[in-house]
Parts: sequence; structure tokens; C-alpha cells
Amino acid sequence: MPQTAAHEEPELIQLLTPEGELTEHPDYPLDISAEEIRALYRDLVLVRRIDSEAVSLQRQGELGLWASLLGQEAAQIGSGRALRSEDMAFPSYREHGVAWCRGIEPKELLGMFRGVTNGGWDPHEYGLHLYTIVIGSQALHATGYAMGVQRDGAVGEDGTAVISYFGDGATSQGDTNEAFNFASVNNAPVVFFCQNNQWAISEPLERQARVPIYKRAAGFGFPGVRVDGNDVLACLAVTRAALDNARTGQGPTLIEAFTYRMGAHTTNDDPTRYRDAAELDEWKAKDPIMRVRNHLELYELADEAFFAKIDEEADKVGEMVRTQCRSMADPEPLEIFDEVYAEPNVHIDRQRSEFADYLASFEGAGAEGGR
Amino acid sequence: MGTNLTIGKAINAGLRASMEHDPKVLVMGEDVGRLGGVFRVTDGLHKDFGADRVIDTPLAESGIVGTAIGMAMRGYRPVVEIQFDGFFFPAANQTFTQLAKMRRRSAGKLAMPVVMRIPYGGGIGAVEHHSESPEAYFQHTAGLRVVSVANPEDAYWMIQQAVRSDDPVIFLEPKRRYYEKAEVDTGVSIDAVTPMGAARVARPGTDCTLLAYGPMVKTALQAAAADEEHSIEVIDVRSLAPVDYATITESVKRTGRLVVAHEATLTGGPGAEIAARVTEECFYHLESPVIRVAAFDTPYPQSRLEEHYLPDLDRVLDGVDRAFAY
Repeated sequence: MPQTAAHEEPELIQLLTPEGELTEHPDYPLDISAEEIRALYRDLVLVRRIDSEAVSLQRQGELGLWASLLGQEAAQIGSGRALRSEDMAFPSYREHGVAWCRGIEPKELLGMFRGVTNGGWDPHEYGLHLYTIVIGSQALHATGYAMGVQRDGAVGEDGTAVISYFGDGATSQGDTNEAFNFASVNNAPVVFFCQNNQWAISEPLERQARVPIYKRAAGFGFPGVRVDGNDVLACLAVTRAALDNARTGQGPTLIEAFTYRMGAHTTNDDPTRYRDAAELDEWKAKDPIMRVRNHLELYELADEAFFAKIDEEADKVGEMVRTQCRSMADPEPLEIFDEVYAEPNVHIDRQRSEFADYLASFEGAGAEGGR
Repeated sequence: MGTNLTIGKAINAGLRASMEHDPKVLVMGEDVGRLGGVFRVTDGLHKDFGADRVIDTPLAESGIVGTAIGMAMRGYRPVVEIQFDGFFFPAANQTFTQLAKMRRRSAGKLAMPVVMRIPYGGGIGAVEHHSESPEAYFQHTAGLRVVSVANPEDAYWMIQQAVRSDDPVIFLEPKRRYYEKAEVDTGVSIDAVTPMGAARVARPGTDCTLLAYGPMVKTALQAAAADEEHSIEVIDVRSLAPVDYATITESVKRTGRLVVAHEATLTGGPGAEIAARVTEECFYHLESPVIRVAAFDTPYPQSRLEEHYLPDLDRVLDGVDRAFAY
């Protein structure tokens, strides 16, 4: 095949057009059944519902904050469903769709944003590390974990692959770039999955990078690929291929999922201060869920009853999210002192004891009429 | 089974014993492999345990600590070498926001058995950033344990205790004392050795308690020997997080005076915290305020000035004199 400009500047890898037409890509064949596509549609609808419920719960004062995934469902479900159970994912803090794929209950995510936990789920049980808020830090954890996988000899067809999620903003961080380098020189079984949602709070992509993000990989010595992040099938195929390369000892890959943050950075943010509504309208036409629905309708792979059933399930999930969130009680005050150290610590023990006495000093004060 | 070892060789022997005891123990850092580290503390480990367990890393401290965290999550026990104290700072984010908090963030589901070895302190005539004493930053950070060794015996045992700890341990090595030699009894069981969290009375005395750790312990012992007027009790603090206040306050209640000496800068240094706590616990026993002998609140100076900057025997004795002036 002759080298053309297209090879230097590849289009997005896309398997599903916004109109729902299935296309083929020579490097990423995807053998997928109608049932599997319907399952992906269900995932997409349900995580969008969990997300919108969480935004509402924040508005009602039930959550302190929420970072919405709106618009990034396909990137997360596509990549998340490419993972095997023994694989390990290292999320940033917006990966609610990946968490869904790993079997984490929405309440586990809500707990952190409600302020009742700092994470709290068992990363080993789910194959999903805790959300990491300091941007880019988790890329190194993923790389180190992958170096551990190598030392365990867990490389091969049945091997373990590791994936690190981060955003376009994180590509400016030293830790992310150090992770690329450590992964490269160690040929570590790790996939770097960058959701380029075009915005790092108020800063557009051109404030982070002068070259396309996927092209950074070449400088570190491993392949980089740009995929349509609003195409769940392309994200699935590309991530699956990269994970398989990693698990069979062929080293890291950088995937740039080209997508869009349709909502605010978090519930504290107001994007009308820095971006045009027209941009949002443009991306709405590429909605990641609508194109799967278009596909299912176009190819007559689902009927009205199916869509109605999914909507009904979404209503139930929404209700579950609301109930679970409101039922999460505040932790006990003395929990502050738990799990700071594995081993007994005289300072912590002393402070716990003094604070317990202090709290106890208020007991009965009400009955005595206070002081 | 006595062996004559330097502090550097004792840490090396302790690392070797740790690696023989547990196949999950790894050593990683800049030049720790074939070179054996710039101070040769990891000498021979690469040859005997291989490149998978003694890892020459890229030159990036944040990357070293960040990947060590990932390795710990996978079940390994990495011993990280930060080549010099002043090069720790690029790894500050991974240490403070990730390593120190991971256990608590995971509600106890993730352990972080990572040891960070840092050659620290001045007195070797080095260029800038090679003579720092950053221990207060670590002591101030919840979730970290911080220890410093002052003799070959402690070097040999405490590195092994640090490796066996399920908490992250900052292991501070007094680089100007690396070549101090002593007999080390390597034949006893590690379970019979003093825990690394305990302070040690290095020289008994009755008139004044003198606290030091790491490189200043030798200076403190010399000062105590040089003072012919007073009987000075020297305590090697050994652990800065947590501090063994039981040993310290027992001593101060007997002597009535406390001088704390360290190479770290005065303001907000470990001496300030120890002074506050001892004042709370020994208020009615104190004959004088707690005196601090520390480096000045300036950046570490060029090496031709460091003899004036570092607290030496005379500055320590001056501190003792100030305690007796009350």
C-alpha cells in the first residue's frame, strides 16, 4: 500500500457512522453479534442515566460534587467491555462507565462525591483501582502494576493487561510522560487510554498540545492510534487489540479517543463562560448513544419493545441510584483515625483516645440544659 | 556471629537478607543495578538477584515512586533509592498525595509496603542539592513512617524491619557516616531486635538529655564526652514518625533539661515538634526551656561554608550551656 498523506494524518478509526452505518477497518475487524450490540446499547443508556441522576442529586444537595461523563459513554463502555476480568484498570475520576463495566455499584462512586468515603472499594476485587484526582498520577501506578505483571510471568494469551485512563489535560503532566517512558523501556503490558474530550476545565486542547495526542507515542517508541471516541464499536475493537498486544508481550499502546465533554467539567463548573453553544450542537449530532440506536433501527436489530424495555430499566436504575445515595449515612467521627497505618501508631492511638474523650464530654450536656 | 561493617555495607547486607527472605522484595532506582548505586549501597545485588529484582530505572524520581506504588499494588515490596536528598522533590506528589494516603483512601484494602531510601544530610563537600535534610516534610505527612539510622547495627536491622513493614517507610541514611564501622551481630533473630519505632539511649547521663538522630548522633556523643561539667544523656531518636515519646519523656523527667540537635533547618523542624510535646508532658520537671540546635533558616550554603552551617560539637555544647544558664 503506497504511503499517502492519510497514513501520516489518519482519519479517526471509526466502525459506526453517526447515522448508524457499519463500516469496516482493515486493521480492526470486529466480529460482533446483534445481541452484543444491544448489550452495549443498554450499557450506554444505563450509565448515562446513572450520570444524570448523580448530577440531579448534586443539585439537590445529596452530593458535594459530580464529574459528569456525558458525551464520553462510548469511549468508556467500548474500552471497558474490552477488558477481561483479570485485567486491571486505573481510572481518573470521570470513569463511571468503566466502573460500570467492572461491576462497581453506583453507590460506591457516589460515596466519594457525597463525602462518606475516599473511594473505599477493593481494587483487586473489581480490577479497578480507586479514582485518582491528582491528574496523571495513576498512569505511573498502572505502569508499575504492569511491571509487576511482567515479574509474575503473567504475559501471554491468557496474560493480564493493564489500562490507564486519563484526559487530554493529563498529557501535559510529567507523571503521564514519565509513565509513557517507563512503560516503553520496560515493554510493560499497559494501554494508555486518553479520552480527549477537548477541554481541561476551561482550557481547550490547543493549550495542552501542539501535536495530536496519539502522535506523542511515536516519540516514546510505541504505537499511538486515534479512535472515534463516540463510536463504541471502534473503541471496543481498538482497545481489545491494544490489550491483546499488551498481554502477549508486545508492549504499550496509546489510544486517543477523540470525544467531547458535553457537560460541565464538574457540577461546580460553568462552561458557558468559555465555550460556544454552537460547538456543543455540533457534537450532539455525533452523540454516542444515538448512533447505536440508529444502527439498531437501520439494520432492524431491535424493535420498539427493546428500546422501551431499556428505558424502563434505566428508570429503575435511576430510582436505585437515588435510594442508594440518600441511604448512605455519614461515617462515625472516630473513623477519621482508621487505616492511616497498617501497624499500631502511638500518635494516632493517642489522638483517637483524646478525641473520643472530648466527644464524650458533650454527652448528657443537653439533659443538663447545656453549659 | 559478629561482622565488622560500615553503615553502607550494613544496609547492603540488610537488603540482601531481605531479598533472600522474601522473593517479592525488589530494589529500584537510578544506577542501583550494575553500578551498585552512587554510594555502592546496592553493590552486588544486581549480580546476585538479577535485573528483574534490582531495577535500573529511567532518571525520573516521580516515575520511580509512582511505579513502585503500582508494584506494591501487585504484591511486591519495592525498596526505592532516591539518589540524593535534593532529588526527592520531583517525587513529592507521588509520595504525599498517593503513597502516604493509599491505605486510608482504600479503607485499608491496599497496603503500601514501599521503602524509600534517601542518603541525606551535609558534610561531604557536595554541590547544591546534595546535602539537604528534608525529614520534617515527611514527619509532617500522615501515613508515612520516617526513620533514620546512626550506626551499622541499626542500619542492618532497621532496613530489614522497614522492608517488612506494611506501611510506607522513609529510610534516611546519613551519607557522611556511610563509612563508620562497627561490629554487627547478624546472628540474632529479627524478632529479638529493638523495633524500629523505638528510641535508644546511646549514652546514659543524669543532668541533661540530648536528642539527635542520623548523622548528628555521633556529634551528640562527642559533645557529651567533651562536656566535663555535666552528665549528659544522649538519645538516638531513630524514628521520627512516630516519635517514641515514652523513652524521651522518661529521660527528661530525670534530667530536667532537653537539647534537640538536627541538621534540618530550625523553623518547623523536628526539634520544634519534640519541644512542644515534651513541654506538654514534662512541664513541671523542666529546669529550662527545650533548646534547639539546628541549621539556620537559610538554603543550604555552598560547601565552603557548610562547616559553619551544620551544627557541630561546639554548637551542640553551646546549646547545652544555654540549657544550664537557666
